[in-house]
Amino acid sequence: MFLETILIAMCEIRRNVMRSSLTILGIVIGVASVITMVTVGDGATKQVAYEISSLGTNLIDIHPGQSFRGSGGTRSGAPMFKITDAEAIARDISGLAGVAPVTGRGTQAIRGNDNWATIITGSTNDYLKVRNWTLASGRQFTDGELRAGAAVCIIGATIRKQLFGEQDPVGYTIRLEKISCQVVGVFKAKGQSGFGTDQDDFVLMPLRTVQRRIVGKSDISSIAVSAQDGVSTEKVKADIERLLRERRKTGKNEEEDFHVRDMQEIVKTLTGTTRLLTTLLGAVAAVSLLVGGIGIMNIMLVSVTERTREIGIRLAIGAMEKQVLMQFLIEAVVLSCFGGLIGIILGIAAAAAGASALKVPLILNIGIIVIAFVFSAAVGVVFGYFPARKAALLDPIEALRHE
Amino acid sequence: MITPASGTGNMSPVLELNGVTRIYGTGTAAVSALQGIDLRIDHGDFVAVMGPSGSGKSTCMNILGCLDTPSSGIYRFKGVEVGKLSRDQRALLRRHYLGFVFQGFNLLNRTSALENVELPLIYRGTPAAERREMARKALAAVGLNGWETHTPAELSGGQQQRVAIARAIVASPEVLFADEPTGNLDSARSREIMELMTDFNRDRGITIVMVTHDSDMASYARRIVRFMDGIIDKEEQNGGANNVS
Ligand SMILES: Nc1ncnc2c1ncn2[C@@H]1O[C@H](COP(=O)(O)OP(=O)(O)OP(=O)(O)O)[C@@H](O)[C@H]1O
Ligand SMILES: [Mg+2]
Repeated sequence: MFLETILIAMCEIRRNVMRSSLTILGIVIGVASVITMVTVGDGATKQVAYEISSLGTNLIDIHPGQSFRGSGGTRSGAPMFKITDAEAIARDISGLAGVAPVTGRGTQAIRGNDNWATIITGSTNDYLKVRNWTLASGRQFTDGELRAGAAVCIIGATIRKQLFGEQDPVGYTIRLEKISCQVVGVFKAKGQSGFGTDQDDFVLMPLRTVQRRIVGKSDISSIAVSAQDGVSTEKVKADIERLLRERRKTGKNEEEDFHVRDMQEIVKTLTGTTRLLTTLLGAVAAVSLLVGGIGIMNIMLVSVTERTREIGIRLAIGAMEKQVLMQFLIEAVVLSCFGGLIGIILGIAAAAAGASALKVPLILNIGIIVIAFVFSAAVGVVFGYFPARKAALLDPIEALRHE
Repeated sequence: MITPASGTGNMSPVLELNGVTRIYGTGTAAVSALQGIDLRIDHGDFVAVMGPSGSGKSTCMNILGCLDTPSSGIYRFKGVEVGKLSRDQRALLRRHYLGFVFQGFNLLNRTSALENVELPLIYRGTPAAERREMARKALAAVGLNGWETHTPAELSGGQQQRVAIARAIVASPEVLFADEPTGNLDSARSREIMELMTDFNRDRGITIVMVTHDSDMASYARRIVRFMDGIIDKEEQNGGANNVS
C-alpha cells in the first residue's frame, strides 16, 4: 500500500510537470547556493592554507611589539631586535634549520629608463632556507659579500620581468636608492599569495648592505626562524620566548614586548577567517532553502484547494485519512528530494565554475551535499505536512461538491 | 476492520434506516434535512429515490453511502450501526462494499479512463496486473473497449458517465449508489445507462439505490421511494415492464 501511495504521488507529479517544476525551484536554488558557497569557500580555505604552508611549514616569525592581533604594529617603546639577538637564537636554541635576521624598506628599483616600486629585504642566505625560496638562476651571496655588505642582490621574478623582460639579469646591475647593485641571482616565481599580494616582488640584499647603505640603522625588524623537520615548533617557540625574555630583561609577571608566532598560528587565523566567511555565506544560502520550503508549502496548499474534488473522490471511494495524508506528504517529499538532487547537480557545476574562476581548488564536501539533500527532504516533510493534513481532513461530501 | 454479517439469502436487509434525522447547522440557522426516515432495502433490490428539490434525497444517499452519519436515529449497514464507526472505518466500508456514481461524473481530470476505473482497486490493494485486467473488463462491460487511454476531456458526457459506472462496479460492490446518474444526459444516452444499471442489478445481483427526477428512469427500478420535506411520502412497488424479462 505504501508503494502504491508513492506511485500515486509520482503519477500526480508527472501529470503536472509545470507546477511541479515551479514548486521545486526554490529548493533547487537553495540547495545549489548552499553547495556552491560551501564548496568554493572550502576551496578558498584550502588555498590559503596551502599558500601559507608554501612559505615553509616550520617557519617561526619573531616580531618586536605585541601580538599582531592587538592594536597592530610595533608597540611604541618596544625596542627593535639587534643582530646579536639573532645570533643568540642561532647559538642557543637547538633544532633550528635556519635563522634569518630581516630588515627592509620599500624603494624604487631602476634600470635605464625603467623603474619599479618594490621592497628591499636585507637578510642572510638562511632567508632562502627559512622562506622556501629557490633560485631560477645565479647564486646565493658569498660569505665575503655578506660580511662586507657588498652591493649585490638576488631579485624576485616580478622585478626581473619588469626590468629585464626575458633576458637573464645575472651579472647586470640595477640602481636601488643611491647604490648601484649587481644582480647575482633570480628567485624562482611563487606567484600570488592567499592574501592577494605578489610574493615575487622583492629584492634580497645582504643584511649588512641594507643596514649600512639603505636604512642607515643597525636594527633588525624581525627574525625569521625555521625548525628542523620533525622538531616541534611549539617547543622551539617556547625556547625562543624564554631566551628573548631573558635577553630583553622582561619581568616575571610582565607581558613580553615581542611576539613569536609559528605558521600553525597564522594558518589558523587566516583559514579561520575564510571559514567564518564560508559559514556565513552558507547560512545565507540556507535561508533561501527555508524560503524554498515555504514555496513548497504555498504551492502544495494551492494544490490541495485545486484538487479538492479529487481528494473528495478518493475519500468517497475508500481512501483512509492517512492514505491521503501520505499521498500529499510523499508528493511534497518526492518533489523536494527531486529539487534537492537537481540543486546538488547545479551546485556542483556552479562550484566548479566558481572554483576555476577564482583559481581555488574544487573540493567536494560530501558532508554538506548529504546535509543539503537530507535538509531538502526534511523541508518536504515539514512544509508538506500542513497541506497534506488539510487534504486528509476534508469532508468527502463537501469536497465532492467543490467546483 | 469491521466485518458485517455477510448477506444471506436474497431478501435480507442490507440497508436499514430507523427514525433517521439529519440536521445541518445549529441554533436558529438549523436546517432539518431529514426528519425521521424509516427505510429498509433488501439484497438485490433496485430502488429509485424521487422527490422535489431540497426534499433530502442527497442527504439520505450520503448517509446510506456511509459518507455521512445521522444526527439521530439508527442506520445499519448489513447489521452494523454506521453512526458508531470512525471516519476510517466508514472509509473501509465504502472501499469494500459500496460503489458510487456521483452526480456530474466526478472523474479525475488528466487521468485516463483505465486509471480512473483502477482507482478503487488501488485502495483495495489489488496487484497492478490484476487491477488492469479488472478495469479493462469493467470498461468493456459498459461498452467502452478501445477508450481506455482517453482522458475525461476526450470523452462525451455519456462516455464519461459510463466510465464513472465502470469505476463504481469494478470492485464488484454489494450496493451501488447513483445520485442522478443521468442528470446531464439526453434521453437516448439515459436509457443506455439505465439498461446497464438494470443488467448489473439482474446479472450480478448488485443492490442499487438511485436518485432521479425523471419518472422514465425511475420506471427501470423495482421500487420507488418518494421524498417530501425530509420524510418519506410514499413507497411503491414498480410493476413496470422494464423489470420483467
Ligand atoms: N451541507 C449542508 N449544509 C446546510 N444545509 C444543507 C447541506 N446540505 C443540504 N442542506 C439542506 O438540506 C436540505 C436537503 O438537501 P438535499 O441536498 O438532500 O436535497 P435533494 O433532495 O438532494 O435536492 P436536489 O434534488 O436539488 O439535489 C436542503 O434544504 C438543503 O438546503
Ligand atoms: Mg441532491
